[in-house]
Amino acid sequence: MDNELLFDLFRKMNRIRRFEEEAARLYTERKIGGFLHLYIGQESVAVGAISVLDLKKDYVMSAYRCHGHYIACGGRTDLGLAELLGKETGCAKGRGGSMHFFDVKNHYFGGWGIIGAHMPVAAGLAFAQKYRDSDGVTLCFLGDGAINIGPFHEAMSLAALWELPIVFIIENNYFAMGTPLEKTAPTEDLSIRALGYPMARDTVEDGNDVFSVRETIHSAVKRARESKMPTLVEVKTYRYRGHSMADPGTYRTKEEVEAAKAKDCIERLGKKLETLGLSEDRKKIVDEVEREIETALQFAESSNFPAPETALDFCLIEP
Amino acid sequence: MTREIPIRDALKEAMSEEMRRDDRVFLVGEEVGAYNGAYKCSKGMLEEFGPKRVIDAPIAENGFAGIAVGAAMVGLRPIVEFMTFNFSLIAIDQILNTAAKAHLMSGGQLSCPMVFRGAGGAAYQLGAQHANSFEHFYAYTPGLKVIAPSTPYDMKGLLKSAIRDDNPVCFFESELTYSLKGPVPEEEYIIPIGKGDIKKEGSDVTLITWSKNVFLTLKVAEKLSELGISAEVLDLRTLRPLDTELIFNSVAKTHRCVIIQEQHSVASFGAYLSHLIQSSIFDELDAPIEVVSCLEVPMPYSRKLEEVILPSEERCIEAVRKVCG
Repeated sequence: MDNELLFDLFRKMNRIRRFEEEAARLYTERKIGGFLHLYIGQESVAVGAISVLDLKKDYVMSAYRCHGHYIACGGRTDLGLAELLGKETGCAKGRGGSMHFFDVKNHYFGGWGIIGAHMPVAAGLAFAQKYRDSDGVTLCFLGDGAINIGPFHEAMSLAALWELPIVFIIENNYFAMGTPLEKTAPTEDLSIRALGYPMARDTVEDGNDVFSVRETIHSAVKRARESKMPTLVEVKTYRYRGHSMADPGTYRTKEEVEAAKAKDCIERLGKKLETLGLSEDRKKIVDEVEREIETALQFAESSNFPAPETALDFCLIEP
Repeated sequence: MTREIPIRDALKEAMSEEMRRDDRVFLVGEEVGAYNGAYKCSKGMLEEFGPKRVIDAPIAENGFAGIAVGAAMVGLRPIVEFMTFNFSLIAIDQILNTAAKAHLMSGGQLSCPMVFRGAGGAAYQLGAQHANSFEHFYAYTPGLKVIAPSTPYDMKGLLKSAIRDDNPVCFFESELTYSLKGPVPEEEYIIPIGKGDIKKEGSDVTLITWSKNVFLTLKVAEKLSELGISAEVLDLRTLRPLDTELIFNSVAKTHRCVIIQEQHSVASFGAYLSHLIQSSIFDELDAPIEVVSCLEVPMPYSRKLEEVILPSEERCIEAVRKVCG
């Protein structure tokens, strides 16, 4: 395997992890308002899936646990931290916040806060790709909590009917906020919901294995690109933190969380680097990310808040 | 050259002209293609533009409205037809929470240049679930433009502007007036969004209204003139952004104002207008503003009850007498 690819995957996963840890710290210091949903534990899903795309023509959209997808698309950590602090320099100019990161130049289309509602919208990105005869593909990330709401079904129904080049990825972390999956879904196989439309479906049993994620999403993206066949993929993963920073996660046992941490996706890729004799590179990347986050933090802290006289900006586009 | 055409043809002309002009524009909705539109507003368009651009959608308003929002984010210019705005409630999250907020939430990186259009309001015994007038739900929302014209001329000129606008626009029509004919020039024209229109000049009282109630209000003005009251009929045409200059100038001239709306009065657009006028030009008013609205009950089916609940000529005249008394 190409070393550069390994380094890129490892760097992005580390970048997300460190970004989220700093975000958690800033939240406890009350520098971040509102909700903060952390992605720690799930890094291999966003990084693995997005790494198979060609972001010159492909699009990505996700829900509100969105920092990981933003960074995996190439979103800058300094602009991300500035957004969390509500600064004018943020990736959404301080108008979005934690749940609404955007980096449209890198084809990351947000960052959406209403469960399932972004799925038809993502299908609309794919609709435009097909309308323009591009061979671009859209990846749409959602949580297991989204699979029971109407737009989930409408998006898949229309994507299948209109043969849209889209891959829906359920990041199954087993909890919709605090409610365990077995109370919300009568099946352990979530991709089975694709059967009625019909469209392709697949499952990544070990979402902590970034290569396993890549392989499955690569096939689904190829199917979307070449035969306009949408796919619903379930990726089994786990979030280490509560639903949001307000949630201590007491509905899970310590043992369950520790067992998940023992299979950590970043540690796993790090070990792989070592077995390939790339320990020095591993250390170098970790140090580089550390310095990047330090610089990003300084940038975010020293940036200005939006000026009060700009409060009405970005409401309408005027010619 | 000007000919007389019905509103459904004026709307079709607006959409077809814009689709010829810009291949990013497409029409999506239930029955818009092979059926020619539930109210025949897209008659012949499937034949001219093909199924890629005139798209029959299944009954899934949130789904196809959401797809149109996403397509708009990457530069297409969708026209979404709701068979009626009653069904827009299924998609209201995509309109209020996605389309209206994308530009702000992304710090200006995204825009949604698109139109949501369809019929609204009562239309002879449609029953409680199909007779709602929802302009104010959308007019409440920053990030949207809201248009509710009355005549074929205004419908065509404003729909063309709506399609060219870079923002999400809600465009309200009426089942009852699709067949109503009026003069429309053959030459191309557009009407700017945000400009009202004086449909009849007068000096004693300003009657403010929009959508199909413009026709009711013109009848009321005729009756008033028989009673010796000269009423000015102001057709807002656009609710958001609002033509406050036209409103204030008219009320400053007549010093009396009645608002006529097909909405319930609580938390309605008329209630807002009334507040806006009194707080902005209180000294110009010689009497409190009256608002004629639907009565506070869901719309029952029976014709006799519907007549009681909707604004009527009698209730409008009574309101005018009150402000002119």
